[in-house]
Amino acid sequence: MRVGTRWLASPALGFIAFMVGGPMVVIVWYSLRTRGPGGVGVGDGLTVDAYERLVVTEDFAGNVGFDSTYLEVMWSSILLAAATMLVALAVGFPTAVWISNRPRHLQPLLVLAVTIPFWTSILVRTYAWIVILRETGPLASGFDAVGIDLPRMLNTRGATLVGMVYTFLPFMVLPIYAAAERFDHRIAEAGLDLGATPAVVLRKIVWPSVRPGVVAGCLLVFIPAIGAFLQPELLGGGRSLMIANLIQQQFGASRNWPFGSALAILLLVVVTVVLVVARRAAREARVVLS
Amino acid sequence: MNTTTTPSGSAPRLTRILLLPVLIVLALFAAACGNDDDTQPAQPAQPEQTAEPAATTAPSEPDAPEEPDASDAADGEDAAPQPEEPAEADEQIGGEVNLYNWTDYISEDLLARFSDETGIKVNLSNYDSNETMLATLAAGATGYDVIVPSDYIIPLLIDQDLIQPIDAHAMENAAHIDPAFLDPYFDVGRVYTAPYLYGTTGLAVDTSQVPDPPDSWAEFFAVPEGSHGSIGMMNDQVEVVHAVLRAVGAEPCSTDPGDYALAEELLDGFKSAVSVINSDGIIERMAAGENSIHMEWNGAAYRSSLENPDLVYVYPSDGLTLWQDNFAVPTGAPNFDQALVFINWMMDPANIAEATNWNAYGNAIVGSDAYVDTDLASSPMVVPGSQELSYAAPVESCPIEAIDLYDRLWTSFRS
Amino acid sequence: MTGQADTRRYPGIGPAARLAFAFLYAPLAVVVAYSFNSGPIVSRWEGFSLVWYREVLERSDVRDAVWVSLRVAVAASAAGTALALLAALGIVAMVRRGSPLAVGFLSTPLLVPEIVTAVGTLSFFVLLDFERGMTTLVLAHTAFCIPFALLPIRARLAELDPAVFEAASDLGASGFRLFRRVTLPLLVPGIVSGALLAFIISLDDYLISAFVAGPTSTTLPIFLFGLIRRGASPLINAVSTLLLLVTVAVLTASYITGKWRKPK
Repeated sequence: MRVGTRWLASPALGFIAFMVGGPMVVIVWYSLRTRGPGGVGVGDGLTVDAYERLVVTEDFAGNVGFDSTYLEVMWSSILLAAATMLVALAVGFPTAVWISNRPRHLQPLLVLAVTIPFWTSILVRTYAWIVILRETGPLASGFDAVGIDLPRMLNTRGATLVGMVYTFLPFMVLPIYAAAERFDHRIAEAGLDLGATPAVVLRKIVWPSVRPGVVAGCLLVFIPAIGAFLQPELLGGGRSLMIANLIQQQFGASRNWPFGSALAILLLVVVTVVLVVARRAAREARVVLS
Repeated sequence: MNTTTTPSGSAPRLTRILLLPVLIVLALFAAACGNDDDTQPAQPAQPEQTAEPAATTAPSEPDAPEEPDASDAADGEDAAPQPEEPAEADEQIGGEVNLYNWTDYISEDLLARFSDETGIKVNLSNYDSNETMLATLAAGATGYDVIVPSDYIIPLLIDQDLIQPIDAHAMENAAHIDPAFLDPYFDVGRVYTAPYLYGTTGLAVDTSQVPDPPDSWAEFFAVPEGSHGSIGMMNDQVEVVHAVLRAVGAEPCSTDPGDYALAEELLDGFKSAVSVINSDGIIERMAAGENSIHMEWNGAAYRSSLENPDLVYVYPSDGLTLWQDNFAVPTGAPNFDQALVFINWMMDPANIAEATNWNAYGNAIVGSDAYVDTDLASSPMVVPGSQELSYAAPVESCPIEAIDLYDRLWTSFRS
Repeated sequence: MTGQADTRRYPGIGPAARLAFAFLYAPLAVVVAYSFNSGPIVSRWEGFSLVWYREVLERSDVRDAVWVSLRVAVAASAAGTALALLAALGIVAMVRRGSPLAVGFLSTPLLVPEIVTAVGTLSFFVLLDFERGMTTLVLAHTAFCIPFALLPIRARLAELDPAVFEAASDLGASGFRLFRRVTLPLLVPGIVSGALLAFIISLDDYLISAFVAGPTSTTLPIFLFGLIRRGASPLINAVSTLLLLVTVAVLTASYITGKWRKPK
């Protein structure tokens, strides 16, 4: 539907170029600078120290060796994102398929019901889990009342994972539902009537048609999960340092802006690599998303 | 799709007309900006104060940018040099003051009383470490009027012109400052800072869970019996690494990587005994018995002990940090005069005593003892014995090479 | 529909989905329930009371934070929606290859990890010598409001029947009249839901705001984060419950505007 010229898009494109492009250029530029006096801001010199620091450590004798402290943080962020994605898939897939099986007039309401927690403040959602998981919280005291002593839950990696799954679950359910909703369940019905086992029907008939939705959901969960900040901070008790927290630390306590910028670029590169690897999958996913 | 519906001639006109929303957008920006940052050196064309809607409560002082204020600073603080101020004594000067303080470090009641007595509204925002505050100021935040930096960070703030001279030594209430606090290494002659509270960073131990409290950092990092899995650490890179360096027999700010290798080894064994790394909420966690041992400030330990009588505070024998927090005024503070009124007011013996009573930290004001609760004044958590005091010493800011080593050790501890 | 029969063949699915819904709502229910606790310790129930709501209403720091958040959200969602509307119209007019590129480019705020945007934006503002405050907040928020507002507007645009425009154009409408009399009214549902989504997203943002906010522009999430770090308190529950109410109200409004287009 043409109702204007393509130049109408230019204010938005220009604005995004300014507000996304500008900061990106600055980050790249900062990552190549020396540190400012006292470690605040950046200095005048040019250096690749920040990138060296990612992988290299120098001992007292001046020997330079490989050091994985920081890369490990990146890696554990990727693992946490992957775990979040898998758990969200395990919970989200049946939910989405179930919704697509409800009577037509109920489906939009159920979808809305899935999205309401997603639209509520992420702080509120994370705080909710603090209340539930703490040692004096309803879960622990409930189990305590029947004589079961639960191990500590808050301030563990498990708590971080629960908070992450909770935060990102709707991103998984919605695209899978979008795919499943287009699927004609009478075909599955027919398969079952013709004697195929439910497992076979699931694999041969249902799966191919919901696959794009699953792929889209996985991407939508995995990518933002790599950069998660709040859940590790508030639920992990400060003990599961993730890349986002590490970056923030460099701009705060560690007073190393160039290194923080280099870490930000590392994170950006990881996300880009994921996107490129998943490019084919993403193309499939676009069918569902648009 | 059939695109003939758009006659080509109409397009440019349409574009022109659609600029309207863009203009609305810009107007909205302008409206949004007008209110808060009164000093707005940024781009929008500075269309006078008329565009400014009745802001929250901020009266007075649209305030020209930094320079004039900074020079005013030199010629005294009590009388308000700005023409618009009625200047009848420094009471009821009005306006507001933006206080940027540590989390949970001043009582709301005290601030309310300040506002009642002076007519100055206090806007409080918080930080969790000196470094966060430093980063915020260095990033160009210029709206704060009073900050509360600790000793070691002050030379950095001065070097980078992030705080301005306030001649605290010449303030009316400066006469009350204990001579021992008049010439600190970080601000000889008290030009930039006025003293607030001081204390130590040691260990709070719940003796109902850990019957045999550790005496030193070395014993603490060896995980005392009964504390495994319930140790709390501060989320403070500087203090935690100071402590672990002391535990391995090294000095804080060491630049010898060998020390850090020992420290990392010690921390590797210690990590699994830790349940939380968080500087906030320690008082509640210790009061509720959620943590058996927590690295804690002495005043916070005292406040926890009011709820949990089993608590003791340990002054580790291998050394602990004696810190001293101060008031300072950032360069370009929009409410310079109110800031000075606030700082002077806080040095009044009765007022600072209220801070001591609430926070349970010592202060540097002679004559405040008369107003301090007797329980507090006799508690070893607040007033250390001479033996304990000999363990405590101030620690200056580490050189940048040490900070890099600190970061690496801290990161490996936290991940 | 045959759906019922279908799920019965997969016995696990129904209960699993119900569990998932419980998982989604139980935490919110707990937050709401304990907001009515009269005692000062969140999970120790000491009786029903509205005392914490009174505290929320009485505290000036809460009010200030809400006020800042609302102003930022209104300005950023309005700006973001206006830009997104123009962009949506422009994208339709693009050549085939251009439009996915433009859409992809406008979506970058969603793809770049928030922490990267936050530190980058902060450094960018420092470099440009922008003072941190409402201006920087609104600028940063507008950027991520655009992709959210764009989604429903483009969806609505795609649904429109080209014949309507042909007819209008045949009847002599063109340019601004065509836009104002035909296009705009038809797009209203998309614009409204786009603006509402952008509004909620802006209201909710923590990380980017924390980096670009100034001393007197503490938004509600920044304030809330400070409270949460200090430890659980029923005050947080009360603030959260109110926030929840606002969100549900806005979403319902969005849902109803969505519905209202259906009969047409």
